[in-house]
Amino acid sequence: MSEKLLQKDRPAERLYNGLVRENPTFVLMLGMCPTLAVTTSAVNGLGMGLTTTAVLMLSNLMISCLRRVIPERVRIPAFIVIIASFVTMVELLLEAYIPSLDKSLGMYIPLIVVNCIILGRAESYAYSHPPVASFFDGLGMGLGFAFALTCIGAVREVLGAGSLFGCELFPESFTPISIFGLAPGAFFVLAGLTALQNVLRGRGRGEKASSDAPSLPEGCVQSCEACGIAGCPGHGTFYDVDGKKQTTGRGGTEDEELTIIELGEEDK
Amino acid sequence: MDNVKELLVILIGSSLVSNVVLSQFLGLCPFLGVSRKIKTAAGMGTAVIFVITLASAVAGVIYRFVLQRFGLEYLQTIVFILVIAALVQFVEMFLRKCMYSLYESLGVYLPLITTNCAVLGVALTNVQKEYGILTGILNGFATAAGFTVAIVILAGLREKMEYNDIPQAFRGMPAVLLTAGLMAIAFCGFSGLL
Repeated sequence: MSEKLLQKDRPAERLYNGLVRENPTFVLMLGMCPTLAVTTSAVNGLGMGLTTTAVLMLSNLMISCLRRVIPERVRIPAFIVIIASFVTMVELLLEAYIPSLDKSLGMYIPLIVVNCIILGRAESYAYSHPPVASFFDGLGMGLGFAFALTCIGAVREVLGAGSLFGCELFPESFTPISIFGLAPGAFFVLAGLTALQNVLRGRGRGEKASSDAPSLPEGCVQSCEACGIAGCPGHGTFYDVDGKKQTTGRGGTEDEELTIIELGEEDK
Repeated sequence: MDNVKELLVILIGSSLVSNVVLSQFLGLCPFLGVSRKIKTAAGMGTAVIFVITLASAVAGVIYRFVLQRFGLEYLQTIVFILVIAALVQFVEMFLRKCMYSLYESLGVYLPLITTNCAVLGVALTNVQKEYGILTGILNGFATAAGFTVAIVILAGLREKMEYNDIPQAFRGMPAVLLTAGLMAIAFCGFSGLL
């Protein structure tokens, strides 16, 4: 894609950002509740995704238009009121025009209000950017969310019911693995997809060693979280037994380092 | 006697059989986010029990005496979320002034609860199932207790898992999700109780 098209805060850049680079489900891991709850089939996933997209676009647009009017100290309650109003509107519209979707999504439509993606985008983007960019940010994020939900829904529907978008895929002799349609299956599918994404991202980065990739200390085959070797110099300065300065050790936060110390003391 | 039986069914049903996290998927963010250690998980659980019980009481009263009386049921989403947000703020201020030790132990978790969809979920369920105010409070308490049980168990498992040899791709979130999935299967076993 050309540089100009992806210039910062251009509509196309916003769409790409929401769909791929900051995909709310796979990358940011936001809005997990609807992600797992309504994805029993691809259609439900798509419906939920598009409903959220509508709310996200409208609330981003509205908040961005009002960003100079809303005082900073009461911005969160103001955002919540705006989002809740749009959710109520969408809920009433769905009830009137697509009652089947309303029935299958049920309680999860009003719960869009507490979807962290929407409040998150309002706070981190719409409140500080002009309306058009915010609108496309909402569209991109919403489509990314809808895409992720449809993927999870499709996997669960194929494995759990042997169909896709309601069409039977397999001959009658196929026995669907019904657990994928039930609650535990949702966790398993999301775990599998996240792991797959970990693999793909790790490969994509290759030797570039991007700064946010969890880098392994030199000479280690596994990261420090999983490595049980006591006195390993890779654990940072705490286990620096042979006096070497190890800068490649895990850059844990203070909290994590404290955990290591506590555990080390327990071992003794 | 029938009443007691009904209440018992709600208590067991909301806490174990249709567990709020593992079968309804409400409150997943704190469930996955604050379950690193048993201690923090228990703190979160206590705060959730406290807030949900209180919120279902307040939401029940408002729904019955304000929204229903004036025929404004369609405003329930907006009203409930505002009531919950205000309630959390109020509880935080009240605890800081009057019960400082409790505030110290719940402090960090209270603001996080506003975005816990379980709170709004319970308020909406109470309306949907047409529970009375007292039954609603009981349902809220049972749901929150179920949340606490689930998050403490998950934290215990994660503490054990932390230094295990997990395949590279499954480190972190995938392993936690798999654990939660296995727990969900275990909780399916409770459906024989009712």
